[in-house]
Amino acid sequence: MTNLKEIQEKVNYDKLFDCVQCGYCLPACPTYETMERETHSPRGRINLVKMVAEGKAEVEDLRNPIEKCLGCMACMTVCPTNVEYNLIFEGAKEVIEDHDVKPAALKKTEDFIFNSLFPSSNWMGSIGNAAWIYQKSGLQKAAQTTHLTALALHAGRFERVMPDLPSPIERILRKRRVLPDYKLRTTVAFFTGCVMDAMFFKTNQNTVELLRLSGAEVLMPKGQTCCGALHSHAGKAESARELAMRNIEAFDLEDVDYIVNNAGGCGAKMTEYPQLFEENTTWHERAKEFAAKVRDISEVLVELDGLTFTQPVQRLVTYQPSCHLTNIRRICDEPRMLLHAVPGILVKELERPDFCCGSAGIYNLVNYDESMKILDLKMMDVKERKTNTIITTNPGCLLQMKLGIERHGLEGEIEAVHLVDLLMEAGPSAK
Amino acid sequence: MNSWMKKLLQVLPEKQILTDLADRYSYSFDASFGEYLPEAVVQVKNNHEVAAVLRVANVYKVPVYPRGSGTCLSGGPLPVKGGIVMDMSQWPEKIEMQPEDLIVKVSPSARTSEINKAAEAYGLMYAPDPSSAHVATIGGNLAENSGGPRGLKYGVTKDYVIGLEVVTPEGKIIKTGGQTIKNVTGYDLTKLMVGCEGTLGVITEATLKLISKPPATQTILVSFSEVRTAGKAISKTLTSGILPAKMEFLDQACIRAVENFQPAGLPIEAEAVIIIELDGHPESLKVEKELIKGIMKQIGAVDIIIPKTVEEAAGIWHARKQVSPAIAKIKPTKVSEDATVPRSRIPDMLDRLNEIKRKYNVEVVVFGHAGDGNLHPNILCDKRDQEEMLRVERAVAELFQAAIDLGGTLSGEHGIGTMKAPFMESELGAAGVDMMKRIKNSWDPNHILNTGKIFSEQGQRLVLRHD
Repeated sequence: MTNLKEIQEKVNYDKLFDCVQCGYCLPACPTYETMERETHSPRGRINLVKMVAEGKAEVEDLRNPIEKCLGCMACMTVCPTNVEYNLIFEGAKEVIEDHDVKPAALKKTEDFIFNSLFPSSNWMGSIGNAAWIYQKSGLQKAAQTTHLTALALHAGRFERVMPDLPSPIERILRKRRVLPDYKLRTTVAFFTGCVMDAMFFKTNQNTVELLRLSGAEVLMPKGQTCCGALHSHAGKAESARELAMRNIEAFDLEDVDYIVNNAGGCGAKMTEYPQLFEENTTWHERAKEFAAKVRDISEVLVELDGLTFTQPVQRLVTYQPSCHLTNIRRICDEPRMLLHAVPGILVKELERPDFCCGSAGIYNLVNYDESMKILDLKMMDVKERKTNTIITTNPGCLLQMKLGIERHGLEGEIEAVHLVDLLMEAGPSAK
Repeated sequence: MNSWMKKLLQVLPEKQILTDLADRYSYSFDASFGEYLPEAVVQVKNNHEVAAVLRVANVYKVPVYPRGSGTCLSGGPLPVKGGIVMDMSQWPEKIEMQPEDLIVKVSPSARTSEINKAAEAYGLMYAPDPSSAHVATIGGNLAENSGGPRGLKYGVTKDYVIGLEVVTPEGKIIKTGGQTIKNVTGYDLTKLMVGCEGTLGVITEATLKLISKPPATQTILVSFSEVRTAGKAISKTLTSGILPAKMEFLDQACIRAVENFQPAGLPIEAEAVIIIELDGHPESLKVEKELIKGIMKQIGAVDIIIPKTVEEAAGIWHARKQVSPAIAKIKPTKVSEDATVPRSRIPDMLDRLNEIKRKYNVEVVVFGHAGDGNLHPNILCDKRDQEEMLRVERAVAELFQAAIDLGGTLSGEHGIGTMKAPFMESELGAAGVDMMKRIKNSWDPNHILNTGKIFSEQGQRLVLRHD
């Protein structure tokens, strides 16, 4: 018999009662749509968590429904009673992790991802220490040698869409502090992110440049690390907490007005840092102060309003928002305002922009087939827009959209681009 | 594996039969009270599958519980006796417009708002608008005869159904009605099916009537310093030659809850507000708007707000939509009732509700579609508090009695289900209920379809407490 009290605490049992089971989340849930049963719907999952917390079902019964949840949190945005599904979901993940009910293959894949790809303990500080990326062409091989059949089967597909990487010299030469040419309007710190910095280094450099042109002094503190979102979503709360503490330590809040990031998922996790710590502790307080300064690049650029775009961009664009930017941060307008500020561009909204692309952290690695079903629905929507560019605001989405383009044979017709890179293309200059 | 399960496997693809505990628990609830674990869930996708499942169930006398999206507020789809939940939501959606005939043929799984959307493409409208229309299936709406705010002017689900395909509990596929507006051929089985709460048959296709979509709307927000005046204002308006599309009532507790939750600029000093929506030709709206202003002033309204822009109007209706979540912040459990009274008795009903609130020391807030007498008194409580729930049970019982005493009914639009079943006789009398039971017996001799609903068992009473 498992300890129910412990489970109840982890899954935030009291919060389960906020769900009145009205079902308004059903139309918003991608997996309810693709998996076609209540078991894979938000209210179904919440109910199952409750059943487990009340001892009516076993942790094992909960595993598959929770594992198959993207964690896109679209349900939270449409929920009329504001159920905090993010807390329930991560609590349930933790319970599953604790109870060691994950099948061996999944455990192996996760171990590989967290220990070799995102080495939580070694992923220290120095920006650009993205060793795994230098082995990108070895991802498939590494997976094969560790006998991760599922991952090895698909790793090749992901490798094909990975961008070219800058030389290590470029990383070493990166400045840790840049100043605007004219008037100093604000000082911000830039959170580089691990995947963003490793795979989309150029986008990070562009982000800093846009901030600088907008009149911001930009600091890039050493010692910052992975935000911990992936760990947290996998039920590895302890690792997530550790990473959060390192980041909180790394940023000197008194020096900066904002901590800016360009990855919707990281930004969301960092605003959730307080939840990782017990209330009324010093760390909880520090996490709150940290979280209060976290901003997405789009928010800051709109607020500073310091750019004009001089170069018309002849692109037909559609926008795939980051789920966590939309559903956790509730930032919807700012990226669109920036898009519309670009001269020459034509923007066509997706029919369902708030439907997840299926990337969802490492979901596309561990639940490849389910992820592809969701991606295919997204690509249908994209194709109907007849655009040549998909704009995203998160590295996971960006990779997934690249994968979708390849999967649907649209290379050369459609390109996936981070919002920041599009803005750079538009010849930004200080107002 | 028990024998009926083996038979099911012969008539349905295996992947459409769910028996895992996780799956069964996921169909054990709806948006009302209670949780009942079925033995199996079947996901049917055409009328032959429905018929096949029902034939098996009828032979083995296994109860079957049809279910759409499970948004029911009266326990319609709850598998109270175990057995089989028949999930209709994954049936491929069909919405076949016949705009020249002003009708549409739909599958039971079609969502109500999608039907309206399809109609709007032709300048038409499917009028019934329950607040769950974007989630709920038409099958569920038909079974429960759902209403909605527009019911005041346009009527409810039953007023829009002209033909059905139904599978009987014995597994026969029949047609009722047809596709003409007028049709008096034989008994009106269509109307019998609509609102039968899935106890007589499973609806597998419906032919629905559409009407033209009014070209314009006008919202008016009126506030009152006395609840009774607000009640009177409703009858006064409706007898003045104007028929608004909606007339929604909010009491002070609701107004304040909304303003605490997500400020929308509702008048927090008002004892009650009425939100009116007029629809029709823009020119006639101008005239009706002035008439309403006059009526409200004369009757003693404190304030009349006429939004100037579409956005302002949308803001008012958004505030109305926020009532449900806002009041859920007062206490976590919401016992949502829909007792309905003749319109002239609304002020009396509001008085009775006040008495009940004091007598049982329970938190009652009132809002709803007051224009058609359909109030939604909501009792806010905490289902983990057994003592409080006992008081709530008593308050609910008295609330039902109050509605009946005032010449009203137990349920305007949510349905009887399980919770209101014990009160059927006090509204209909023993002979009235008996006639209904006879209909049930002749349609469903083995009592397999949605058994345990509408009719109460010996000694059954309202229970909101669970261990």
